[in-house]
Amino acid sequence: MPLGHYLVLSGLLFAIGTAGVFLRRNLITLLLSVEIMLNAVNLAFVAFGRAHGHVDGQIITFFVMTVAAAEAAVGLALVIGLFRHRESLNPEAFTSLKW
Amino acid sequence: MISGQLDAVIPMLCVTLAGLVVLLAEAFRGRDERMPIGGLAIIGLLGAGAATMLLWDSGAEDSFGVVSADKFGLFVNLILVVVGLLTVIFSSQTIERDKLPAGEYYAVMLFAIVGMMLMGQATDLLVIFLALETMSIAVYILTGMRRDQQQSTEAAFKYFLLGAFASSFFLYGIAFLYGVTGTTNIDAMSTKIAAQAMSANPMILLGVGLLIVGFAFKIAAVPFHMWSPDAYEGAPTVVTGFMSTGVKAAAVAAFVRVFLKGLDPLILDWAPVLWWIAAATMIVGTVVGVAQTSVKRMLAYSSIAHGGYILAGLIAGNEAGKAAILFYLAAYALTNMGAFGVIALLGTRERANDDLRDYAGLWHSHPGLATLMTFFLLSLGGFPPTAGFVAKWYVFSAVIGATETGSIDTAAATGGYTLAIIGLLSSVVSVFFYLRIVVMMYMTDRDARPVPPPVPAIAMAGLIISLIGVLYLGVLPTRLIDFAQASISTIF
Repeated sequence: MPLGHYLVLSGLLFAIGTAGVFLRRNLITLLLSVEIMLNAVNLAFVAFGRAHGHVDGQIITFFVMTVAAAEAAVGLALVIGLFRHRESLNPEAFTSLKW
Repeated sequence: MISGQLDAVIPMLCVTLAGLVVLLAEAFRGRDERMPIGGLAIIGLLGAGAATMLLWDSGAEDSFGVVSADKFGLFVNLILVVVGLLTVIFSSQTIERDKLPAGEYYAVMLFAIVGMMLMGQATDLLVIFLALETMSIAVYILTGMRRDQQQSTEAAFKYFLLGAFASSFFLYGIAFLYGVTGTTNIDAMSTKIAAQAMSANPMILLGVGLLIVGFAFKIAAVPFHMWSPDAYEGAPTVVTGFMSTGVKAAAVAAFVRVFLKGLDPLILDWAPVLWWIAAATMIVGTVVGVAQTSVKRMLAYSSIAHGGYILAGLIAGNEAGKAAILFYLAAYALTNMGAFGVIALLGTRERANDDLRDYAGLWHSHPGLATLMTFFLLSLGGFPPTAGFVAKWYVFSAVIGATETGSIDTAAATGGYTLAIIGLLSSVVSVFFYLRIVVMMYMTDRDARPVPPPVPAIAMAGLIISLIGVLYLGVLPTRLIDFAQASISTIF
């Protein structure tokens, strides 16, 4: 398969993730959307690495996955913290700061 | 030889080690046992500072060629050490008052500093990304440190969500640059782009654009600034000071290195974009800042505007501009840490006391704090003889110099002049809201509000040190300017 196909898929995934961050109304889904964006980037790295014929792209992916895991841990901890205050996962419930 | 390969990372190792020791100390601390945990953090930071000074002339690089102890990175390291030390000094009162977990607080703060230092010294885009995340994740946690307060958690989540969002844009940018050039190393990338004249390649332009989004978010440039007033207001005040100086210094350092070194061959493509971002940042930061009634939010917008002034130096892109950025970061770090230090000292457990009216009559209850705050605000506004004045003057003269020599006539025929004029006008307007606080402190009578708590001696010492720094850089700036010029001469 040519490189272009992978890039289009990666671009689509990235767009889906971006749209999710803006459109979804649930804190957990927001986190999932960010994860989709990171994985879209991973796909791009792997595809580019293969196109160049070296493994760098795939190695970078491991770093990104590690970072994503760390980020998810902090993100979920914050969601739990928020839930304890308001018993809600709807972002609209959290308005003690003006946006 | 092992030590030769590790030289470049010694400053970061010192701080990491201190962070680990702090965590261990907290783990072995008995209930109600008091431990000088802040002291451990100070030792680690001083160690990092000493290592930085020792590495100054070495030009060491690690064995993978991804971290370099060049003078530019080391200069930023020194700023970060100062920021870290001041944060630790101001934190002890906050930790005691708000019952924050001291061990975790200091450990996370030290890890954030490790990330910041790595950002300044990294010469590879992947390592810059890792450093950015190390710093950001730690700062998200610091922002949400007050779990009993909904505001703090909420601020942390907003910061986290938009931060993670921007990080993925940043990473996507790296992916495209890697795809086109086949490398993530900044030097190699620059050579490759220059050799193949790639400015027409849409993929590389996309990559550059995504990188701009990522960096603009981290330095809170308009239109990616929305998170910063909320995060700054909700975070514990000391953390706000730390974020607004440390995170900004680290992000700007990486921004400068990536754009003026790696992507320098494409300067004609990105300079116009940054011109608009810088102009918008200065204007929005100032104009919206005027409308704020919370001092913390006001300083958040002021911090946005200062990001715009720093970007102006980046657009100038000449020797003077790069040195001006380093000087600006140092001056801004001292001034803003001082200002947020004062605000932090006035807070109580229940509320941050950061409303403008809380400053009424401060001169009568705390003449010392009021005087110090006045100097910090004057420096933020850019009055002589303070550091802020010299920093602004230096940045704008660099911009004008670059326009005269024709290196930035890219945005418009007189792009540089217009930018300098916007900068000067917005700093004149910003004086209004800084002076509003000063007027409140001296000329308004105190209404029936409770008198703020007494000030611990160590925090006062920290404030006085910042003040001395601010005045020293304002009256005798030449030494630091020479120092900054020497720092940039080695890498660019």
